[in-house]
This record gives sequence, structure tokens and C-alpha cells, in this order.
Amino acid sequence: MTEPQEQDMLTIIDASGGCVRPDLVPDEETLARLYRAMRRARHFDERAVVLHRQGRMGVYPPFGGMEASQAGTALALTHDDWLLPTYRDTGAALTYGLPISQIVLYWRTSPHGWAMPEGLKVLPFYIPIATQYPHAVGCALAERMQGRRNVAMAYIGDGGSSEGDFHEALNFAGALDAPCVFVLQNNGWAISVPTTAQTRAVNLSRRAEGYGIPGVRVDGNDIVAVHHVTREAVERARAGGGPTLIETVTYRVKPHTVSDDPGRYRTEDLTREWLEKDPVTRLRTYLTTRGLWDDAREDALTRDITQEFEAAVEEADRFSEPTPSEIVDHVFATPTPQLTEQRAQLLEEYGA
Amino acid sequence: MTTAVDTTTYRDALREALREGLRRDPHVVILGEEVGRYGGAYGVTSGLLDEFGEDRVLDTPISEAGIVGAAVGAALAGLRPVVELMYVDFAALAMDQIVNQAAKARSMFGGQTGVPLVLRTQGGTGRSAGAQHSQSLEAWFLHTPGLRLYVPATVTDAHHLLLAALREPDPVVFVEHKALYTTRSDLGAHAPPPGVSVRRREGRDVTVVTYSRMLHRCLDAAQALAARGVEADVIDLRTLCPLDLEPVVASARRTGRVLIVTEDTLTGGVSAELAARVTELAFDWLEEPPMRLAGEDVPIPVAPALEEASVPTPLRIERAALRLLGRRA
Repeated sequence: MTEPQEQDMLTIIDASGGCVRPDLVPDEETLARLYRAMRRARHFDERAVVLHRQGRMGVYPPFGGMEASQAGTALALTHDDWLLPTYRDTGAALTYGLPISQIVLYWRTSPHGWAMPEGLKVLPFYIPIATQYPHAVGCALAERMQGRRNVAMAYIGDGGSSEGDFHEALNFAGALDAPCVFVLQNNGWAISVPTTAQTRAVNLSRRAEGYGIPGVRVDGNDIVAVHHVTREAVERARAGGGPTLIETVTYRVKPHTVSDDPGRYRTEDLTREWLEKDPVTRLRTYLTTRGLWDDAREDALTRDITQEFEAAVEEADRFSEPTPSEIVDHVFATPTPQLTEQRAQLLEEYGA
Repeated sequence: MTTAVDTTTYRDALREALREGLRRDPHVVILGEEVGRYGGAYGVTSGLLDEFGEDRVLDTPISEAGIVGAAVGAALAGLRPVVELMYVDFAALAMDQIVNQAAKARSMFGGQTGVPLVLRTQGGTGRSAGAQHSQSLEAWFLHTPGLRLYVPATVTDAHHLLLAALREPDPVVFVEHKALYTTRSDLGAHAPPPGVSVRRREGRDVTVVTYSRMLHRCLDAAQALAARGVEADVIDLRTLCPLDLEPVVASARRTGRVLIVTEDTLTGGVSAELAARVTELAFDWLEEPPMRLAGEDVPIPVAPALEEASVPTPLRIERAALRLLGRRA
């Protein structure tokens, strides 16, 4: 008998790296792209924690172990589509195309990391919970109203799916056929509270039924399966078929943030169990078995992503420190008389 | 003499501004509860669905956070949404999207993009709508950096301030007053821009500062005061953000006495902010501390007589002005 966790869940490449659905395996080029994206995301995540320890980055919420769920979904978009990530979705954002230097600046708390690169339809990491879901509906409707067949993809966690915004957005998107893809990453934990203590629902994708939209449950550590179901959802939305809720079943093997100690609320038995299902290892095993990957390619890839990351950090280091009077600059496009006075006061007290 | 035929209602003035906005800018869309077929709870959007179609005038689920959140997303994606929140009291259901999202986006995106969203809503007493449908909550928005706040009192301002809001690159909370929808006057061809306070009556004895429906009550009181030989200088703020206090300070320097009249509750209300600023800016010219007359610190009762007792009336404004002048009412 399968565990309730694993019911109705699509897997293509299983935890041992074996293929259980050969009919759904994409071409070799796509497989390589998926693998590279996961490795690149993992490299960032590991190095970000080091940067934090060195005092070169602020509080950072790692996503290690969720690379398949993030990269597999983000790779289903084009740059005409919107991506709305939460704070844990750095992996999705950098896969979509947000420059690493920008991400470093963002988590370094620098205002230089706030503005998104021109033309890139990714919104800054959402720190509040679930607020991005109604925004995705609006982005999607705006695309449709302007005659474009683009979609909006928004991320959320199992914890976030308890918020009113999650439910209002799903209903709203369903009622208006908004071209949205809602990615619910069920990683087992809302900080210290396990999913089982947050809700009696076991299969969170079935929440979609209440809103009359399709709900899909997928092995969130199998990037091939994640990518497969996300591409289907994106195509459906693009074709006017409305929104889809995708539940990626994964696990937060890392702490909530770099300042969290999971030992306070969980034993590491379950974490070890999930490490056995690691998304990067499983795809590498599969690719190696098929003769599509070897150590030489792995080394070359490691060299590439290491160089890319180091160059990006150097670029981030070149940005200047902000000055206090800047804080009033972007409250409005045109400052009020009162803000102009406050700016003058700040300049007098702190200098330019 | 003006006749009903020649005049426009506050409601019509708002609708014509929306119609003009929808015509001149293809990015303008209206969304809210009952804004389509029904034409809005107070009839402001009546007829717009037929003229502009379902893509531009959207009836939404009853879902305030969903509506405002979708509007924020749509604004970020290039549209200029106009949300109708049926009652300002319902803003409580969407406050996270208004305060933590719409108001902060420009700053948190490093100035790259704003949220050109107009949040039309209505507040105030006068229709016996009870404690959850009659509040004046403008202080909530005034307290939030990043929100423009327009509070039109007249037919002409209802029209021109809404047109101005439709040109703003930042979110505007546009608070109409439910007791004003059927008021009539000629619709002026022009109005000063937002952030310019206007003297509505000239007088040398006392400065009366107000906005929205209380303007009309202050003007009624001023007329009664004139009969007693007291001339009130009545200033309509029109917008609370941006706030223009220059005419208020100039007037205070002449009169030495400032009466602030608002419908929102006294404690922590708009009148507190105004009194503090007037004191800072005009202290040396004041004969008396600024006096505040505001809504009582109570949930608004539904019984008409009690409702009326919870907010300033012309008679109470008149008496307050006389007290400020050291005269017996």
C-alpha cells in the first residue's frame, strides 16, 4: 500500500534514478537542460549560505532539496510570461533568468537589488505569505486584456495555502478563466509546524476542485515529472483553458532560514529519508545509466557554474552603499511637500 | 438661477470622469463587486458595461483582497485598474493588499515601477447604514506612506480629481461620501490639481479647515455665523495626500484661530495630524490652540438620530467656532 503522501502523484524518474514512465521522458537536450538548471540552483544555494556566514549576505532562506520543484516549473515559461516567486524561490527566479548578481544584492539588502532588470517579467521575492497569488491573477488578466497569450506563474508553500489570499485567488482565477499556473510546493513544513498540523487535507492539489479548476499532484523531487505537468498547465492556460493548481510534493531538508535551527522542532530521521530521494542525484543516476552523463561533463559543468557565480558576486560587490536620504526617493513618483521637507532634514543630519 | 436640468450630480460627475478615462486610455479597466450589470452599489458605474464591454468593466467575486490584489498585479503588468470597494469599511478585508503591497511597490522595486491603481470607495454617515458601513477611515490611509488620498466635497472636484487620479503613477485612495452622491451643482470645466487647498468662503474672524461632506456643513455653519457677525474663512483640503497647508497657515496668521472639522473619529484621526501641523507652522500667530471637532469615538449607531449625534453638525460647528472666539453660543 502506498503512503497517503504518495497517492495520485506522478513520478517519471523515481528516487533510485530508474524510469517508471518511459513514455513521458523528454528528449536528451531537455534532460540536459533540466539537470544543468538544478545544479546551477544548488550551487547558488550552497554558496549563498557561505556568503551569509562571511557576513556578505543577510538572512537567506535556503531551498536545497527543492531544486527540481523550482527549476522544473520555471523552465516551462518563456520570458513573455510572468514569474512571481516567494522568498524561498531563488532557485526558480535564477532559472527563469534573474541575474545572480541581482539576487545577491537583494539578499544583501541593497536597494540595487530591488529593481528587476528591464524587460524581465519577474516580480521581487514576496516576503509576506500568499499575497502574490492575487497579483498573479491580475498579471494574467492584464496580459489577456492586452491581447497577449502569456501566462503568470506564482509560487506558494503548503503553509501559504492556509491563507485567505490563496483561496480568493484560486476562486477569482477560476471565475475569470485567468491564464495562471499556481505552483504549491508542499515541502512539509511551515517554519516549525508540519503540514499535518496545519490542515486535515492530505492531498493539497485537490483544493483545486473547490474552485472548479484542474489540480495536479507531482513528485516534486522528480524534475522530469515536474516539468512535464507544468508544461501541460502552461499550454492549457495559454490556449485559454484557465488556471491550474500544481502541488509539488517535496521536502525542506534545509532550515527555514540561515538563522533557524530545525533541531528545535524536528528529528533528522525524516530529513535523511528525503535526502535519499535527492532530485539532483536521481537525475544524474538516470542520465549516467543512459550514457548521457559522465564525470568529465560533471566537472565541466561545475567549472562553468562556479565561474558564473564568482563573477556575479564580484559584480555585486562593485555597487555602492546607499545613503539615508535615498529612503524618501521612491515613496511616490513625485514627492509630497512633506516628504521633500523630510529629505532635506535627512540630508542635513546624515549628509549626502 | 440654476435649474436641475443644467446641473450635475456628484454621482454623474464621477461616472463621466470614468467614461472619459475609459475612452482616452485603453489601459483603464474597472473591477469590483456589482460594477457591471448592476452599475455599482451607488450607481456610479451605471451604463459603463454596455459602452465598454466585459473586458473593461469586470464584475468580480465578493473577494476584496482578491480584487485589490488582482488590481495590483494588473497595474504591475501595464494596466490602470480602477477598483470599486463598495464601502470603505470593507477596505479592512483588503488592507494587506493596500498597505503592504500597493503602497510599497514603488519603493520596494527601487523606483522602477509604481502601482497606478485608483481605489474608489465611499464612506461616512448619512444613510443609517450602521457601524460597519458608515465609517470615515481616511486616517488609516493617511498613515501609510505610498498612498495618495483624495477626498472630494464638490461635484466639480468629484469629476476633476477622479480624472487626475486616473493620471497618477501611484495608488490613489479616492474616498467619496455616500451622502453626497445626489448633491447637484454646475460641473466646472476646470479644478485645481490635487495637492491644492481651496478657500470656499472668505472671512477674517476664524479659519475653518475641513474636507469631504463636512465642507457643506461648515459652509452652513459659516452662514449662520455670518448672521451673528462672525466671518469664517473656510478651507477645503480636497486631498489629504498630497496635503497643502499653505492657505491654512496664511489664513491662521490673519485670524489667529483655527477650527478643524472632520467626520472621522477624534482620537488618532486626521484632525490630530492637522492640529499638530498647524501648531508647528503657525504657533506664533495663534490666539488659541487649534480646536478640533470630529466624529465621536464610538461605533456609528444605525438609528438616524443617534447616527447624527456621532458626527459634527452645522449647529455644533457654529457653537465650536463661537467658543473658539470666546463668545457665547
